[in-house]
Amino acid sequence: MSNLLVIPFLLPMLVGAVLIFFAKQHRLQRIIAGTAGIALFVYAAFLVYIVYQTKEKMIILEVGNWDAPFGIVLVGDMLSVLMVLMSSLVGLVCLFYAFKTIHSEREKYYFYSFFFFLLTGVNGAFLTGDLFNLFVFFEVTLISSYVLIANGGKKIQLRESFKYVVMNMVASAFFLVGAAYLYATTGTLNMADLGNRVATMDQQGVLNVIAIIFLFVFGAKGALFPLYFWLPKSYYGPPAVITALFGALLTKVGLYSLIRTFTLIFNQQPQFTHSIILLLAGLTMIFGVFGALSKFDIKQIIIYQIISQVGFMIMGLGVFSTSALAGSVYYITHDMIVKVALFFIVGIIIRVTGTGDIRKMSGLLKTHPMLGWLFFIAAMSLVGIPPLSGFFGKFALVVGGLDQGQYLIVAVALIVSLLNLFSMLRIFMNVFWGEKNSTTVALTNKQTFPLLRPVIPLIVLTIALGLGAEPAFQYVIGAAEQLMNPEHYINVILP
Amino acid sequence: MKNNISVHTITRIAVFIILSFAVFLLFAGHNNPGGGFIGALMTASAIVLLYISFDLQTIKKVLSFYFPYLIGTGLLIAMGTGISSMFFGYPFLTQFFDHAHIPILGNVELTTALVFDLGVYIVVVGVTLLIITTIAEDDS
Amino acid sequence: MEILIAVLIGVLFSVATYLLLTKSLLRVVLGTVLLSHGAHLLILTMGGLGLGSAPLLGEEASKYSDPLPQALILTAIVISFGMTALLLVLTYRTYKAHQTDDLDQLRGRLDE
Repeated sequence: MSNLLVIPFLLPMLVGAVLIFFAKQHRLQRIIAGTAGIALFVYAAFLVYIVYQTKEKMIILEVGNWDAPFGIVLVGDMLSVLMVLMSSLVGLVCLFYAFKTIHSEREKYYFYSFFFFLLTGVNGAFLTGDLFNLFVFFEVTLISSYVLIANGGKKIQLRESFKYVVMNMVASAFFLVGAAYLYATTGTLNMADLGNRVATMDQQGVLNVIAIIFLFVFGAKGALFPLYFWLPKSYYGPPAVITALFGALLTKVGLYSLIRTFTLIFNQQPQFTHSIILLLAGLTMIFGVFGALSKFDIKQIIIYQIISQVGFMIMGLGVFSTSALAGSVYYITHDMIVKVALFFIVGIIIRVTGTGDIRKMSGLLKTHPMLGWLFFIAAMSLVGIPPLSGFFGKFALVVGGLDQGQYLIVAVALIVSLLNLFSMLRIFMNVFWGEKNSTTVALTNKQTFPLLRPVIPLIVLTIALGLGAEPAFQYVIGAAEQLMNPEHYINVILP
Repeated sequence: MKNNISVHTITRIAVFIILSFAVFLLFAGHNNPGGGFIGALMTASAIVLLYISFDLQTIKKVLSFYFPYLIGTGLLIAMGTGISSMFFGYPFLTQFFDHAHIPILGNVELTTALVFDLGVYIVVVGVTLLIITTIAEDDS
Repeated sequence: MEILIAVLIGVLFSVATYLLLTKSLLRVVLGTVLLSHGAHLLILTMGGLGLGSAPLLGEEASKYSDPLPQALILTAIVISFGMTALLLVLTYRTYKAHQTDDLDQLRGRLDE
């Protein structure tokens, strides 16, 4: 028992509630939000350290003092605390980017409150060990995201957020349906207990159907192949910082839930469920990168890159081996850093040139060299060029895939990586190379420096993760071993 | 409906009946049917009845709450009860209860769940009225 | 009884699907409302519909009803209440901004 696990979602919720009272005072609001963001990040790092120090590599809390299968448990294992750390980091940098870019008009309408409520939901979803509680935290995340995505009330924002909300409400209804069926067949909703009972039932017939319902639900939230159609347009409307936050966090919550449920609960028939996941992973990669190649709008290209990278992240789950899952976890961590950096840089590029169309931009490298090279590093990391973090994630995925004899998906992954490289270089060549054209430059090189400040730590981190891949991988492999041995998880919660 | 006397008169009486039933529901919760959420919806419906039968502006003068602050207050109260148990070394959200003897009411069960429910009550009243008044004001 | 409710849930789901596929904004909202109602009923039914007394209040009754589905459904109802309220406001604002409730005209192009 340890109340440590409550803080990652209690602190942002508290701050969000307090910020409601200060919505009109911009300065005070920023001071409170900034302090809370830093505190949350430091605390999350501390939590990772604590969990890594314990013998079981895992801490749990039985909320409200109700015993495990009956009450709600919060579980901090190596994967979930890592995810909490990353989401706190993303929250922190997004907060500091928002200080520089968000209009006071949006701030007045509770931008920071909902920002913190979003972090509440995300951190809670990472930490909970109860399926229904996961649903609740999903909804906390989603309702904040609905507000943030419509905040500002531009025409395109309203129109696309309506579709986004409806899509997610349908998925949520199916989450309830899946939970109801699961409760009817097993009589429990505690994830550890579920893992236990599904294993004794051998996951026959109806349980496979339930697994597919959950695949649909989490696939819709995590933007898997047939269900990603809502993502490109709805992420296009809001400002760069919100797109960065959503791209880095929301799809990851879906993917985390997918990984958690399909390693802990529905792990008995991988030849059926995990083959489907593998197929979807391949198709997601391919269609995402085709989308990116077909667009000329820089923000659209990066948004389609989210979808393409999602494919890589669940490829490890589909292959279903320790090294492949380690690759997935590493890749998720890396993607959260790089995606945020890319969206920030793209936001700055659009501000500098006043357009999103890459055909109309040219020669920015001469006037804005810093911006250009930061973009280059982030893009190369996304694609997976060796000294950077993306390479090691893909390397582990490919090695894991080859070990398990999944040659087709490995081939698809490598070809898609090549196409990713092409799509990122297309941006770089169009925007930064060539002669300087006549498009008006709204911001000079000097003026972009304050905006670039939150980007630099992210770029440093992606280089550091690449150069320090050895210790990082030790941690990630530990997390993957925990995922592959759910008995340990179950034993700690239900002794 | 500016001078509709019968509606005004009935509303004046009905609102108090509804409000007292809402408070009853708030206190009845926890062990019997009722609770903060349903009590709050009842309260909100009473106030909406006021909005409908009188004018929006008139009632705003009488009930001059700023609803977002109401939501914030309720959230803080509800979270406060959860946090308070942490200070005594119990897990988050652990609830406690005790039987106390209060002069007129007799033996009463006092629980921290009631305080939590009060927080929920305030939040739900705030949310419901905020949504309804936002749409209603926009129309005029 | 369970069969009857199951049929009812099926009807709710099919009506909801029909409404979700129509072109009017408000009908889509109603569709999501009915869909969540169906899901809530499903939770209740999946816990088993039986005559039992309220649980956790003494140990006299011979039979108790399962409290968990009721707790779940209550939570789910509160959540869908909030979601529906938000969606209604959003729909209203969308309608105001675009002056149409036809989803065909709300399809939109990106380069506008």
